[in-house]
Amino acid sequence: MMATIMDPSAIGGCKPDAAICTRGVTRDFKAGQQTITVLHGIDTDIRAGELTFVVGESGSGKTTLISIMCGILYPTLGEVKVFGTDIYRLSDTELVKFRLQNIGFIFQQYNLIPSIDAASNAAVPLIAQGMGRLEARERAKAMLERLNIGNQADKLPNQLSGGQQQRVAIARALVHEPRLVVCDEPTAALDASSGRRVMDLLREVAVAADRACIIVTHDNRIFDLADRIIQLEDGRITHDGTTMPDGH
Amino acid sequence: MIWIAIRMLTGDRQKFYGLLFGIAFSTLLITQQLTIFVNLIERGASGAYNVGEAQVWVMDPVSRTTDVAYALPSTALDKVRGVRGVEWAVPHLRAAASVRTKDGDLEGVAIIGVDDATLIGLPKRMASGSIDVLSQPDSVIIDDVGTINMFGADVDPIGERLELNDQRAVIRGIADSIPSFTSQVTLYTKYSQALRYVPGTRNRLSFVLVGVSEGQTAAEVADRIERDTGLKAETRDEFAQAGVDFIIENTGIPTNFGITVVLGFVVGVAIVGLTFSLFIRDNIKQFGALKAIGVTNGRILRMVAAQAGLVGFIGYGFGVLGTVGFMWAFSGNPFFKGFYIPWQIPLISLGAVIVILAITGTLALRSVFKTEPASVFR
Repeated sequence: MMATIMDPSAIGGCKPDAAICTRGVTRDFKAGQQTITVLHGIDTDIRAGELTFVVGESGSGKTTLISIMCGILYPTLGEVKVFGTDIYRLSDTELVKFRLQNIGFIFQQYNLIPSIDAASNAAVPLIAQGMGRLEARERAKAMLERLNIGNQADKLPNQLSGGQQQRVAIARALVHEPRLVVCDEPTAALDASSGRRVMDLLREVAVAADRACIIVTHDNRIFDLADRIIQLEDGRITHDGTTMPDGH
Repeated sequence: MIWIAIRMLTGDRQKFYGLLFGIAFSTLLITQQLTIFVNLIERGASGAYNVGEAQVWVMDPVSRTTDVAYALPSTALDKVRGVRGVEWAVPHLRAAASVRTKDGDLEGVAIIGVDDATLIGLPKRMASGSIDVLSQPDSVIIDDVGTINMFGADVDPIGERLELNDQRAVIRGIADSIPSFTSQVTLYTKYSQALRYVPGTRNRLSFVLVGVSEGQTAAEVADRIERDTGLKAETRDEFAQAGVDFIIENTGIPTNFGITVVLGFVVGVAIVGLTFSLFIRDNIKQFGALKAIGVTNGRILRMVAAQAGLVGFIGYGFGVLGTVGFMWAFSGNPFFKGFYIPWQIPLISLGAVIVILAITGTLALRSVFKTEPASVFR
């Protein structure tokens, strides 16, 4: 794990309504003798109640940026506040607990546990928080109902289609009512219509007044669903608006 | 989370069964081999334990075991009887002889000559017949395992005539005795008769068996005999231990069994380690996702410990049951007569299983701990 080195000049300036605020976020990676800078001093504010897309070509730094925003990758420089908490000033244990309480994850490959059924997969964050398994499963089933796959609750992941597995992953991300939902390429493994349905669903269940939702994608078929689009190129923000710039 | 960990493991049946096999195999090999080893070397004490009445064994100072003994002059018997604290003392002869069976086969046997008057020196129980048969001419009693070795399992040897060192002997009883280390055929007869069977040398008294007077301990009397007679005297337990020590010191058995036990351990580490590592590698994305979601390393440690514990518990159970099954299946084989599983051996194999799981679990956990939560986004 890389040490956190805060840049004193980057502190402050976060907007009061910002769910996520990054100031001067820089991230370097070692590649042999070379140091590659993947993010160059990112300053941005993500608001709650919006569906924010982070887009860009492969290697532009978008996955690194959301990894840092959700507290699973330390920045080399800079500051990240999530709902007012400077997350990289927390201890490792506090940061893990913060993620468990406040962040929901939707992974590109779903990463469901293959040997437990859909309801138990969706219940994982609640069980990790200490809730009893039966109660957690009941709440997870209710979430699966909201996502229209309540009748699949007892099935194993390999008995579900890709779209259904994605819904289970969404249920897992939302079941503990996190304040921040982070999605990594949620439509990458789905065909156009399934991807569209998943995004509609995500907008319906994940976007709330007190919740921020960030989606990393390079799927231009769904750009029109975004409330806000942040474009990265070579580790720098090159566009920040409600639509993609002309030519994309 | 423990429930999830268990389901993760049991859901991957191939690896789950592979882990169970590794632990069960190791446990079986370690428990079974140690059991045979302990029982085998305890056979070195069979000569002492077959003679239940003798509390002290008196012998020439150079004698070491029932089978490695230098003969005493017959006057030694009277010397021992004169020592304070000796309730009784009887002669005991042990010698090797050759038997020609009626089929013409030649068999090496051990001759044991027991006291003519009291018959002290015979095993406690008879499998067939009575000890009184020794009062008949040319009578010998054969040990039960020897019967099977010499005649087979389905033949009744009572009444069989033997050519024992060129003299006539008739089997008239079967003793229920602990077999010797070599499972050699043993023939019991009266001391006076034994003197006729074994070739004549000046001294033929192998041991003097002693019972101690009330109020005396065997150790006190043994010390007094040594002091007063210059002979070597050992309590039954000391003499039995000497028989065991002799086998340990003079045979390659401990090394051979030790190698097998170590192999059992190494094979266990190899099978379990490889399978556990494969299991963790196959689930590394899931563990990474759990870490990203907010499951601490401490909790993941407990999850892996629970998986190892389950595998260990079931695999160890199968291994011990396998050993019990093996012992039961071979209980009719004369080689395994009287074999038992000392309670310490399952504890030793349990310790080995814990070490195997600790080593393999630690190796597997390293890769989980090293996994960055951010890797789930790659």
